[in-house]
Amino acid sequence: MLQKTAIYTISISLLVIIGGIWAEDNLNLLPVIASSNAPIYDELFKVLFVIGIILFVGITGLIIYSLIRFRKKPGQLGDGMAIEDNLPLEIFWTAVPAIVVLFVGLYSYDIYERMGGMQSLSSNSHDHQSMNSEGRVWGGIGLTSQKATGGNSLPKIDVDVTALQFAFLFNYPEGEIVSGELHVPRGQPVSLKMESKDVIHAFWVPEFRLKQDIIPGQPTVINFTPTKTGRYPIICAELCGPYHGGMRSTVVVEEPEEYQTWLKENSKQPEMEL
Amino acid sequence: MSISFPPTTENNSNSLQPTGWLRFISFSLDHKVIGLQYLVCGFIFYLIGGILAGAIRIELLSPISDFLARDVYNQVLTLHGTIMIFLWIVPVVNGAFGNYLIPFYVGARDMAFPRLNAVAFWMIPPAGLMLITSYFINGAAQSGWTAYPPLSITTPAAGQIVWIVSVLLLGGSSIFGGINFIATILKLRRPGLKLMQLPMYCWAMLGTSILVVLSTPVLAGTLILLSFDIVAHTGFFNPALGGNVIVYQHLFWFYSHPAVYIMVLPAFGLVSEILPVHSRKPLFGYTTMVYSIMGIVVLGLIVWAHHMFTSGTPPWMRLFFTIATSFIAVPTGIKFFNWVATLWGGRISINSAILFSCGFIVNFVLGGITGVALAQVPFDIHVHDTYFVVAHFHYIVYGGSVFVIFSSIYHWYPKFTGKMLDEKLGIIHFALTFIGFNLCFAPQHWLGLNGMPRRVAEYDPQFTLINQISSVGALLMALSTLPFLWNIIYSFLKGETAGNNPWHALTPEWLTTSPPPVENWPGEAPLVIKPYGYGENRSDEGNPPLNQD
Repeated sequence: MLQKTAIYTISISLLVIIGGIWAEDNLNLLPVIASSNAPIYDELFKVLFVIGIILFVGITGLIIYSLIRFRKKPGQLGDGMAIEDNLPLEIFWTAVPAIVVLFVGLYSYDIYERMGGMQSLSSNSHDHQSMNSEGRVWGGIGLTSQKATGGNSLPKIDVDVTALQFAFLFNYPEGEIVSGELHVPRGQPVSLKMESKDVIHAFWVPEFRLKQDIIPGQPTVINFTPTKTGRYPIICAELCGPYHGGMRSTVVVEEPEEYQTWLKENSKQPEMEL
Repeated sequence: MSISFPPTTENNSNSLQPTGWLRFISFSLDHKVIGLQYLVCGFIFYLIGGILAGAIRIELLSPISDFLARDVYNQVLTLHGTIMIFLWIVPVVNGAFGNYLIPFYVGARDMAFPRLNAVAFWMIPPAGLMLITSYFINGAAQSGWTAYPPLSITTPAAGQIVWIVSVLLLGGSSIFGGINFIATILKLRRPGLKLMQLPMYCWAMLGTSILVVLSTPVLAGTLILLSFDIVAHTGFFNPALGGNVIVYQHLFWFYSHPAVYIMVLPAFGLVSEILPVHSRKPLFGYTTMVYSIMGIVVLGLIVWAHHMFTSGTPPWMRLFFTIATSFIAVPTGIKFFNWVATLWGGRISINSAILFSCGFIVNFVLGGITGVALAQVPFDIHVHDTYFVVAHFHYIVYGGSVFVIFSSIYHWYPKFTGKMLDEKLGIIHFALTFIGFNLCFAPQHWLGLNGMPRRVAEYDPQFTLINQISSVGALLMALSTLPFLWNIIYSFLKGETAGNNPWHALTPEWLTTSPPPVENWPGEAPLVIKPYGYGENRSDEGNPPLNQD
């Protein structure tokens, strides 16, 4: 009897685990990967998804099983078993979730470190003294993300971003370009220095798996390295007023040559104007 | 040593209190009347909030902004959130069931402060009416239920100020209620009744009330500062005047994350009352349940900054709040395993009450899993402020708390009215709600992961189909209220008589008439030291005999 139960339990658990992994691999749950950040994110997503599916299917299965197996049949009288507690069992289901949660926490810490999130941005505050008297730059993802991808050899592209109701403006110090679209070359690290003119906005590119609030009064930095050419939406994710839903732009990831052409075509050429 | 029993005060306090149906619209001091006032009032606001949700789902049928004006859409989503949280779930899971049940559970004839109790209730209807009428007069607040500055400072001031005043009133009502529950549970217990013999809902309400009393004043202070910024042009949160918007977020979430536990802990307590009765088994793991409630209370106070992972919080803070938030899963998990163990080996009557409770467990487990995922900073950075979060918190507050409210209505309606609800209609109600709810919110996880932000009236056309599916689910949820309302009204008029204890339950509210008399028991309050003493082959020592009718 006990052996039979054990075999059933193990085979059902295995089925659920395999099902979870299959579902993650075969369902199209996330947008395309277009930055060095995104594959790391998807790794974390996969782990969380599999753990989540196992837990959800497991508990739902137990509930449905109990409702069918232990339902009161017509004519049955009396109560169920008078079991009030079971200490080993309770210790088991306190300890196992604690270990799982600790594992998830440490694993996501590792993921975050690989994304460059744990790097303090205030350490390079001297670069930004001019724009922030408090010597503090706010941001989510630091510069290590480029080191991780080996993009260290390439110089980073600085772009100043101004967010206002209801648009993003991209200012390229190199070439004095002000653009409504963000153009970036594939494979080269990009550093956005973002400022808001009015309320809180947010910069979100789903294909990059990156988001950062743009906070008025506090210069905010976000770094990323695009890895796949294409046009991806830039979405404002923080409620910013009546036209919040329309506050969108596009990031165009191009091959480095195309990017240089775009930069040349659009940059101000003082000698021509004179 | 003298033991004092609650005094019998029949025929001397009734002169000023109206009787009959009039007492439900009066300043009644009877905890049962106040409880039902909270419940009916909350349900009316739920219907209003539901209509607003319907307007949102109609707008989102198409990817362009075509149903509501853009600023009206923002007013609608602000009102929807505020009404559902502050006028429906918080007052009902705390005020309605708390007031009705807690005095029974501690063996008292009323709450510790009956007048404060009535004041707390009567602050709610004016606050709610003010909030809703602001929409028709000058336009309601349109900065979301979070009212983040600078947006809340720059949108039309009239609506925002009305919003602040009504939330302050509702917060005050909540604090009055919290103080009352703590005093009643700790000080009004019947002699001979120990804390560890109380029904689990008392522990849930004690924990919740501690959270209410500790965190609601912070929200009140924050909103007062925000109103200064709006009216007197001070600069607490206005960056143009040197203020800091992040400080507002910290203060706001210091209340508003515990607010989630204020909405779900009482629900946990109610489920712990319902499951043992209908599965004829003792509540599994009483002691660990108590400790896990208190664990959630302590952890619930130190996790607020997980709402701010994209706001530019420093790395150490992100790490701390990730770990603290993840660990809430442990005490919460204990409760879920204990409920499953309560069902296991029982003799379960499949009825509307148990179905809604089990629906709650299934929904809340999914909401909890996405919650642990959202606690992870790198995961959150992608899905923060998207429909993934919308799906997550609806699984918590609707799939969790609202399912429990329905379960509780099916369970306690016979006690409230003396009539049984119709089971067939109840099961139709459950099926429509469960299918509609999951159809509405499950697809929203995908929307968020793939690029749809929350609080938008227009979106990328690739999301049209999924949004339409979601709206169909919302329609089913709207339809599900019809059999419920019909059931409530029809059963009240023509329902089968319930008797005093139709479920053969052991908790003290069932050991009196249905509906109970003004002072709860005709004689002395019964001493129930084993509220979950179900099970075969046991003598119910200390408990009164089962069937009293």
